[in-house]
Amino acid sequence: MGRISRGFTGRRRTSVDPARVPPGQYVTDDFPVLSAGPTPHHPLDWWSFTIQGAVDEPVSWSWQEFQALPSETVTKDIHCVTKWSKLDTVWTGVSLDTLLDGVETSAEYVMASSDGGYTTNLPLEDITGGKAWVAYAYDGEPLEPEHGGPARLLVPHLYFWKSAKWVRGIELRTEDEPGFWEGYGYHNYGDPWLEQRYQGD
Amino acid sequence: MARAALPRRLSWQLARVVELVDETSRTQSIVLEPPEWPGHRAGQHVDVRLTAEDGYQAERSYSIASAPEDDHLVLTVERLDDGEVSPYLAGELRPGDELELRGPIGGYFVWEAQLGGPLLLLAGGSGIVPLRAMLRHRAATGSTIAARLLYSSKSLADVIYRNELESLAADDEVDVRFTLTREQPEGWRGYRGRIDEELLRDIAWPPEERPLVYICGPTAFVEVAASVLVQLGHDAGRIKTERFGPTGR
Repeated sequence: MGRISRGFTGRRRTSVDPARVPPGQYVTDDFPVLSAGPTPHHPLDWWSFTIQGAVDEPVSWSWQEFQALPSETVTKDIHCVTKWSKLDTVWTGVSLDTLLDGVETSAEYVMASSDGGYTTNLPLEDITGGKAWVAYAYDGEPLEPEHGGPARLLVPHLYFWKSAKWVRGIELRTEDEPGFWEGYGYHNYGDPWLEQRYQGD
Repeated sequence: MARAALPRRLSWQLARVVELVDETSRTQSIVLEPPEWPGHRAGQHVDVRLTAEDGYQAERSYSIASAPEDDHLVLTVERLDDGEVSPYLAGELRPGDELELRGPIGGYFVWEAQLGGPLLLLAGGSGIVPLRAMLRHRAATGSTIAARLLYSSKSLADVIYRNELESLAADDEVDVRFTLTREQPEGWRGYRGRIDEELLRDIAWPPEERPLVYICGPTAFVEVAASVLVQLGHDAGRIKTERFGPTGR
């Protein structure tokens, strides 16, 4: 516990179960937008999603092919490293388990990459086993560009910078390497419950 | 993109509040003396943590307003009426208090003279704070890189660092332009209204001059400014953004 801040009482939200809010986070009803650069705007027929790297054959889906894959709708709490958390967010997309089904690999890590050059690294086991999706709808509506549309990664058990906006593919890797924010001092793994915001946390 | 890993753990420390400066009716600068400050780069931020008597804690991030060359670490905080931390920082805090913080944080939305220019800074509201650190850094290092600032505020009374920015403009150091979106004083000779394509065409260097662009403000301001610049032909890789506040819907 830190030093008591003279005169600070806080404005706790009594309607929120504190067990759902990781340390240092506050709950918002809004949906803030954070990105390092301009929001990409591209036609959907330009879009594809590719799995490549340590695989025998890269696999790729066009937007139409992707929409034809079995989808799931999930309700998740999300936690941004800039301190906001948003509870019970509803996403629709394709599970990474579905995308990786039949892909043989010895890789233990992935690097997700996005339009605009953004990247983020994750252990493979953190995007398999029902833990990650490529989401294209939020609250039943197509995902808006500023929130990562047409499709973003959704890995809700890690800080939200791992849920790469405008995602276009993942590279399977035998060695881990820092992605964009991880290279600027943010934590390599990013577990919000352990408050792993920055390197060394 | 260049990498600049932070080499050390970012430990919490108690910085002494040296002085509080009213910037506008809703914003206050907090002048701080941290016991161990490793230095920062213009554009970076810090995390601030408040602790209540029962152990409850609240954390927020604030941009650093001071240049690396300045004597003190300065944060400028806008008081949000429904906020939890900002009313404390810009209302309750007093000189002599200790404020728990850690940093500096972030390494992408930074400007240093070696990154070159021309430097185009676009600020909406309190988004001026990290851009002001860049302008102070530019002045402190004697850089002659061309710099232009467009600062969008609701009214003249909401302009933060007005005297400082006006004197930079008067010395022909920086091309400073203001736009007032809600209320303009009589005889106002600056721009009126929200940022749009016409205003950006007027302000921005042509894409061929490859300005390095930093945009900071509310989401709607940043979305419009960045999207229009890309449409006008600017390289998206030279446009760095920092957004705050709600989506507005």
